[in-house]
Amino acid sequence: MVRYILKRVFYIIPVMFGVLVLVFLMKIVMPGDPVTELLPASASLEQKEALRDELGLNDPIAKQFVDYVWGIISRGDLGTSYKTKQPIATELMQRFPHTAAIGLSALLISQIIATPLGILAAVKQYSWVDNLIVVFTIVGASLPSFWLALMMIMWFSVDLGWLPAMYNGTLSGLVMPIISVAFGSIAATARGVRTSMLEMIRQDYVRTARAKGQKESIVITNHAFRNALVPVVAGIGSALGALLGGSLIVETVFAVPGIGKYVTDAVTQRNYPALQGGIVFLALMYTIINIVVDILYTVVDPRLKTTFVTAKKRKTKAVREEAAANG
Amino acid sequence: MAKMMTPAMERLHKKKRYNVTGVSSPGREAWKRLARNKTAIAGLVIVVFLLLVGLFAPFIAPYDYQVQDYTKMLQSPSAEHLFGTDNLGRDIFSRCVYGARYSLPIGIVCVILGLVVGGGLGVIAAYFGGKTDNIIMRFIDIIQAIPSTLLCIALVAILGNGVIQMIIAIAAGSIQGMTKTCRAAIFMVKSNEYVESSKSIGVSNLMIMLRHLVPNAVGIIVINAANAVSANILTVSSLSYIGVGLVSPTPEWGAILSEGKAYISAAPHMVLFPGLVIAVTVLAFNLFGNGLRDALDPRLK
Repeated sequence: MVRYILKRVFYIIPVMFGVLVLVFLMKIVMPGDPVTELLPASASLEQKEALRDELGLNDPIAKQFVDYVWGIISRGDLGTSYKTKQPIATELMQRFPHTAAIGLSALLISQIIATPLGILAAVKQYSWVDNLIVVFTIVGASLPSFWLALMMIMWFSVDLGWLPAMYNGTLSGLVMPIISVAFGSIAATARGVRTSMLEMIRQDYVRTARAKGQKESIVITNHAFRNALVPVVAGIGSALGALLGGSLIVETVFAVPGIGKYVTDAVTQRNYPALQGGIVFLALMYTIINIVVDILYTVVDPRLKTTFVTAKKRKTKAVREEAAANG
Repeated sequence: MAKMMTPAMERLHKKKRYNVTGVSSPGREAWKRLARNKTAIAGLVIVVFLLLVGLFAPFIAPYDYQVQDYTKMLQSPSAEHLFGTDNLGRDIFSRCVYGARYSLPIGIVCVILGLVVGGGLGVIAAYFGGKTDNIIMRFIDIIQAIPSTLLCIALVAILGNGVIQMIIAIAAGSIQGMTKTCRAAIFMVKSNEYVESSKSIGVSNLMIMLRHLVPNAVGIIVINAANAVSANILTVSSLSYIGVGLVSPTPEWGAILSEGKAYISAAPHMVLFPGLVIAVTVLAFNLFGNGLRDALDPRLK
């Protein structure tokens, strides 16, 4: 088990190296000269050349890449923003809490709401409750998050004046961004829990549990739900990816100073180092979270643990079993 | 095979009516189940309808989608302008009608492209296994490390604004999902005896993959493709909304919404209608996709 965790953790290194290569390849094919964007149109050729030297754009590509990677490893330096002339890593760290707050609360809220909904729908399959929940999951998954955000602004900010239309740094400013990001995820998760529960309720061990006279509530929670949880937990990683993606878009709607807004601004301002930094940073965070989910997955599913029994243990067990069989 | 047929069967066989034995093929069975599912068919009808609207947009739209009329700015919906007018006096209904030429077809084309590239990689990875599988999947791990929306944004930033660029970016963003789905699907059918017997009589690898593996795994692949279309439609409009991809004056639904945001209190119809159109389109595809799932995967019923 420990070996498995270590293996997963060390796997971050080649993946992130691959991401860096990918991002760098993008930079090479990126059209347009950053120098012409940075300097006024009246700048002389010498000035342009001086700036190119200063930014290291005249170095061979390989050297640029090594410098970039070494900067990240040695100093956590993601380069300097063309626009603000600030270190990108610092800017990202200032913005990350906003994105993390939206993404994680949306994840938490969607799991808390969706799980009981999914169980309820599965337990009462084909009843009106189930139908209602199924309709909700299909409609909920169809609404664009940014449109939902705008509709909420229309009702709760413009008409009723309950919540601020723009993020203002307070908790009330986060309510609508979180809801609009979480909504689609609630629908998707509830649907996943329902499908998974329906499958488990039909299992033999559930029938056995009922046959031995176990209370229905315990049959559902202990026998069915514990097993139904496995695919649900496995889905958290991709759900979080979707939530992060949703957050990237919704941050623009509410002007939340998070990473999404940062990246979007970087794109419209052709600020490539900032975009590059944002991708590398988010990829690292996302990879770490996915590893945590993977490890959680093995905790939720005890069957998987046996897969990680070391070869030695397996061998001694086999020897023991053989000895037992031989009498 | 032909020798075992009665003359009557042979006649039918020549007429390409293979179903002479009375045994229905899985595809036909699935189609029957799908046809019985009213909501799925409703979804399919809406999707086809929207595709036709896009195709015949010039005949359906009452106004030119880019003609500006400064005497009719920000008008509320009326009989004359069904969805009202925008800040430049353009008819929003006409713009939405032309918008059917973007998100929906782009979503479908991206899935096809993504299936060819990503699905192909997945099939190859699963079929050959070993080193090939390892190399492909490590590559997928790298792409997967970047959330797909972010990858799309970055690719559009590099390729520039435009329909073709948008298609490439979104197709590339959907590759990893397709690869993983197809790989898993092929793994399930790969160990069947017919694969081994094909190998033993010297059928080429390509033939085995295309004729034996893919058709037997097609159910799961199709279900995923249908879901991917609705996800792609949402991505197209989201990117356009934040101003990367298809930007105004292109009448893409997300781009129309983006223009409307500034007028949300004065002219709420500017954000209400384009959003509803997106929601209905995605909903139609989801309904159809759900029907496909029930039809192709009866285990879940």
